[in-house]
Amino acid sequence: MPDVAVPNAAAPAEWGRVRPGRRAADRVLRAFSVCVSAIGVLALGSILGMLLFRGLSALGPGVFTTVTPGPGSQDGGLANAIAGSLVLTAIGIAVATPIGLLAGTYLAEYGRGSRLAVSIRFVNDVLLSAPSILIGLFVYTLMVAPFGTYSGWAGGAALAIIAIPVIVRTTEDMLSLVPATLREAGAALGAPPSRVITLVTWRAARAGIVTGIVLATARIAGETAPLLFTALNNNFWFAGNLVGGVSNLPVTIYQFALSPYGNWQELAWAGALLITAAVLILSVVARHVIRKDAVR
Amino acid sequence: MSAIATSEKVMAHHEAGRARISHGGFDRAFRAASLGCALLVLLVLVGILGATLWGGWPAFREFGILGFITGTRWNVGAEQFGAWPAIAGTLASAAIALVAGVPISLGISVFLTQLARGWMRRPIATAVELLAAVPSIIYGMWGLFVFAPLVAAFVQVPLNAVVEGLPLVGTLLYSRVPSGTGIFTAGIILALMIIPFIASVTRDMLDQIPPVLRESAFGIGCTTWEVVRHVLLPHAGVSIIGAVMLGLGRALGETMAVTFVIGNANRLSPSIFDPGSTIASRIANEFNEAAGLQLSALSALGCILFLVTFAVLILARLLIARVKRI
Repeated sequence: MPDVAVPNAAAPAEWGRVRPGRRAADRVLRAFSVCVSAIGVLALGSILGMLLFRGLSALGPGVFTTVTPGPGSQDGGLANAIAGSLVLTAIGIAVATPIGLLAGTYLAEYGRGSRLAVSIRFVNDVLLSAPSILIGLFVYTLMVAPFGTYSGWAGGAALAIIAIPVIVRTTEDMLSLVPATLREAGAALGAPPSRVITLVTWRAARAGIVTGIVLATARIAGETAPLLFTALNNNFWFAGNLVGGVSNLPVTIYQFALSPYGNWQELAWAGALLITAAVLILSVVARHVIRKDAVR
Repeated sequence: MSAIATSEKVMAHHEAGRARISHGGFDRAFRAASLGCALLVLLVLVGILGATLWGGWPAFREFGILGFITGTRWNVGAEQFGAWPAIAGTLASAAIALVAGVPISLGISVFLTQLARGWMRRPIATAVELLAAVPSIIYGMWGLFVFAPLVAAFVQVPLNAVVEGLPLVGTLLYSRVPSGTGIFTAGIILALMIIPFIASVTRDMLDQIPPVLRESAFGIGCTTWEVVRHVLLPHAGVSIIGAVMLGLGRALGETMAVTFVIGNANRLSPSIFDPGSTIASRIANEFNEAAGLQLSALSALGCILFLVTFAVLILARLLIARVKRI
């Protein structure tokens, strides 16, 4: 990065001629930038430190083997919450992947610059940062209120709606990176567009698309707000058909952390450590893949 | 020889013909499926608006749209619901988040693009990006158990001693119960949460500016501050506002972290250090136990949140998109 080195290298010779006011403004900017960057890093460090400090001591084999305790009972674990979270996330990703993949494919391969594609792309970008609690309200109206019962399916659907925009966006970005010559080569062999897409462009963009799915998983794994009124939460094993409340890690953490019981709070810390570790590992892996892809 | 020719003939007759028919069908189905999935994205947006409007309609009808928005009482027992305390809490916490978060985000992006050496850039950029990946409930726990006690001890108590009895600031900054939870703490946590988003968009914008502009400014003897102030900022201009709006959209709708630290008071308090509530935290807190008109009022709150957030996000995307096209 020679462009960064230039001002620094030139500084000593010039330093004496810079007016004090200009020099002060410059130093203030530099000091400010360094300080706020340190704040960012410290905040992350503080959050991770807190989780490790409080979470590791609460983490034992019992956390994974016993179900969440009722109010006032001793010990207990998070087994049902962990399993429930895995199920809900799996449903969310299983629903979101085909929809997101196809929608992203439409934007990159069929719609491109058409008015419809432009508006769908725009709406998708907006949905990327939509408040997740509103998605919870939407799914409640759609899937909980009519049936009169909370369910894992509603929770999974809410998570899917959050995951879809992420998958659409990365799929479209990755597909538009595939060189047009590949598609032309496929078309020249007589393959119809659907074959070119499934056999050529999807394969060429596979790593990037998978990355998008991993990022979406990381995004929904820690989501709490949309599960509050869809999957709900409880302290026992959920039914096999997922009707009725499905216990899950985020809502369990929310309820336990704010509770007055010592063992509940301990479990909240253990759960917080587990979920953050999972989410951060997924995002780091995804980032690593993207970077390798970009280099290649 | 003849065997090959025969099999080629067979293929030409059967395989190729059949394949073309099935290809054609699959092709149309595939196209229709991808169009359908893309339309589903539009449908979600319409669905959210429809669901909240439909659910909130009884409350809007009961109190009137304006009456609901400006109503200051939220009394479940008396079936009296006004949205203003929650709206004011949402706006106040988001404003605090912007005031604290925007300078920090800009500082980080200046540091990462202008000041950091090669080896520092990657780890710091990664750390800031990981802040975006941390689930919001973790921010809530951190805010409640780590940050709120610090606010109570190092901000509220000393500040109380200074401002007590003074006009205006005496009410605005005075905390009756210095517990650390309140609108101010929520705003700071929100600031931390929106920093990664603002910083990463701003950083992309600064990276897109042609290096020759900076180099020529440095060449005529500008300091880093002058390059940032007179070359980079004017150039990135509108898109930085877009990035800030994006952060604002996030801050307005954030739920779990705020619910942990805002104190969840139903009344509107004049001080930013007192407990309050936001639209999202009110919905998260009350929705499961609500019925009848309260349920409808919460949906109506959701509808207001939808309109405000989406207006902000749409504006943000328009501002960012406009610059990208240039």
